[in-house]
Amino acid sequence: MAKQPGAELAAADGAAWEYAPAPESRDIVTIDSEYGLFVDGEFQPAADGRTFPTVNPASEEHLARVAEAGDADVERAVAAARRAFEQVWRPMPGSERAKYLYRIARVLQERAREFAVLESLDNGKPIRESRDVDVPLAAAHFFYYAGWADKLEHAGFGPDPQPLGVAGQVIPWNFPLLMAAWKLAPALAAGNTCVLKPAETTPLSALLLAQVCQQAELPAGVVNVLTGHGQTGAALVRHPGVDKIAFTGSTEVGKQIAAAAAGSAAKVTLELGGKAANIIFDDAPAEQAIEGIVSGIFFNQGHVCCAGSRLLVQESVADVVLDRLRQRLATLRLGDPLDKNTDIGAINSRQQLDKITQLAAAGEAEGAERWSPPCQLPDRGFWFPPTLFTGVSQSHRIAREEIFGPVLSVLTFRTPEEAVAKANNTPYGLSAGVWTEKGSRILWLAQRLRAGVVWANTYNRFDPASPFGGYQESGYGREGGRHGLAAYLSV
Amino acid sequence: MPRLDIRKTYKLFVGGAFPRSESGRSYPVLDATGALLAYAAQASRKDLRDAVVAARQAFAGWSAATAYNRGQVLYRVAELMEGRAAQFAAEVAAAEGVRPRRAREIVAAAIDRWVWYAGWSDKVAQVAGAANPVAGPYFNFSVPEPTGVVVTLAPQRCSLLGLVSVLAPVIVTGNTSVIVSSEPHPLPAVALAEVLATSDVPAGVVNVLTGRLAELAPVAAGHMDVNAIDLTGAPAADRPALERAAAGNLKRAFHGDEDWDRPPGTRRLLATLEIKTVWHPVGT
Repeated sequence: MAKQPGAELAAADGAAWEYAPAPESRDIVTIDSEYGLFVDGEFQPAADGRTFPTVNPASEEHLARVAEAGDADVERAVAAARRAFEQVWRPMPGSERAKYLYRIARVLQERAREFAVLESLDNGKPIRESRDVDVPLAAAHFFYYAGWADKLEHAGFGPDPQPLGVAGQVIPWNFPLLMAAWKLAPALAAGNTCVLKPAETTPLSALLLAQVCQQAELPAGVVNVLTGHGQTGAALVRHPGVDKIAFTGSTEVGKQIAAAAAGSAAKVTLELGGKAANIIFDDAPAEQAIEGIVSGIFFNQGHVCCAGSRLLVQESVADVVLDRLRQRLATLRLGDPLDKNTDIGAINSRQQLDKITQLAAAGEAEGAERWSPPCQLPDRGFWFPPTLFTGVSQSHRIAREEIFGPVLSVLTFRTPEEAVAKANNTPYGLSAGVWTEKGSRILWLAQRLRAGVVWANTYNRFDPASPFGGYQESGYGREGGRHGLAAYLSV
Repeated sequence: MPRLDIRKTYKLFVGGAFPRSESGRSYPVLDATGALLAYAAQASRKDLRDAVVAARQAFAGWSAATAYNRGQVLYRVAELMEGRAAQFAAEVAAAEGVRPRRAREIVAAAIDRWVWYAGWSDKVAQVAGAANPVAGPYFNFSVPEPTGVVVTLAPQRCSLLGLVSVLAPVIVTGNTSVIVSSEPHPLPAVALAEVLATSDVPAGVVNVLTGRLAELAPVAAGHMDVNAIDLTGAPAADRPALERAAAGNLKRAFHGDEDWDRPPGTRRLLATLEIKTVWHPVGT
């Protein structure tokens, strides 16, 4: 999260800077009134004609109606993907597959602003994030994996690694386009075909990506997009014609999928929840660390599986860090996601808002001290202010359960050993952050933190070359990098 | 008058000690002709939980040992087995009903397998790790790390070579292990435990249970402090239920009954590893 130019002055003067509205124009996006399923290269209604609405969570404005895929549609999509796999995509030379992926990457770049605005409208995230993070990273992911498509025999998985077949991919609502890219790009590069199920609250960017596939003249059936609710995803991952299941979402649903896949030959990768520790040592670069705490938990309204939701501060600097953090939070701007100055956008859905509200209430009920900056919430839409809990003990629900919202639980530690013990005291193991100027200490902690990603003096940073995924109940398999290819090859 | 043999009591191997089952039970072990060979301890569910506790306690030290050290320790196991090759050959011949020559081949292959995996200790990170060229001022690298406590349902028929082939890849990378041995042929596993006890393998790194697979496997699959389970020794028909139980804490579950005479690949090594990626800042 970029630093606001007014932060220090505002703190010094005790007066906030006034910002004029700076809205990004939404004219660049045309939203249809109704969207079909993308099956076998064409948009078509659900077999039983059912649809559901998608709304802008910042205003509750109706955006479009979207087809609700049922069992018959899953059947058709898997069959189309199978045909495309057997007849077109697998026989195609890797160098040709690569060109399609490069094309998609290029179109994503060309239409980047359109994607960013659409994503912010449907998801509620600030345009600054969709514009600077989600969309560029999605394009970068296609670029990265495009280059692997004709080099698989050099990837370290043997002389002739083979694709798995049809991949059923179910993605969450927090990074709708980026997660679609994380799923599709390595699968397609490895020679698989895909049936993608976007989340029910954020279907639009995946459908626009389907249009991009048409624009890139990707052969019919190679990518299919089925919109729908949990039932659609369940039908997809249970379909016997699916050779590969890839899921990003909650640990609860991940366990159901792992149980449902028991005994089947389908390969499964799961990228699930987290309760990451962000560890601040007394020698941490102060300004950077404050920004890192903020981006760790308030990036994307905290709707991030790897969010730094447990702040572990060394006791000797806890008061100073918390003072400065409170000052910084008071300068965050919450509001219209399309405003370029907005830091905190809307909560993605009423359901998620209820969950955050309930867990925050549990934090208070269990005795932690709650604080939010003075913050005017818009009248319509789903909103939750940036929230800080101090006096949190390890047994509190807000220190154990994934909140998936802009809520930070603060704990303290004295020694590096204690920091490691507290950080690892969780059934999850997706990510962790370390803030210190001492390189040897970074590596000492990195060795001991039981987490798939360790960020040092940074947080929530992603790159297509960097493997991402969890230990323990945060799931298994990696996405990104050479390791991300293994998820889609018979290795 | 000929000297009367001293017969061996076959016990469990848990936390470096050789207890009987806490349940007091044992079960008869037969040779290939159906004659009684010995009684083996019949581990209970409590014994399995105790073994997991021992393995968990041993994990911090073993996973933090240097790769070079772990390689030396595994190589030492091969040395000790070599010295007791005749005993192992007799155990295998009795258990599996193979001819003495074949038994000696099996023992030799098992010893060589320890050596093969010992050599992987300080190489697997170079093969499975990576330095990742990210777009930013970070040195970004990925390293494989042991997943934790691994329960292995050992192959049922190949009681020694199969056992070594599924155990060595688990512990060489720093995991700790609970073995549920072959149910009909448990005695070579106990003999191996006796070697491990006098080798340099720290107590609790390998724990060996003998007993009834159907009793122990569901407890292992559902145990919340087990990180991975190798279902190789379970009947195919039982696998779906065990995998469902393993999903309760998202254990890494895998299986594969192989031709154990063939050279192994890296699949089993990688099955119990996690990839950790570190973003280290670069700056002046």
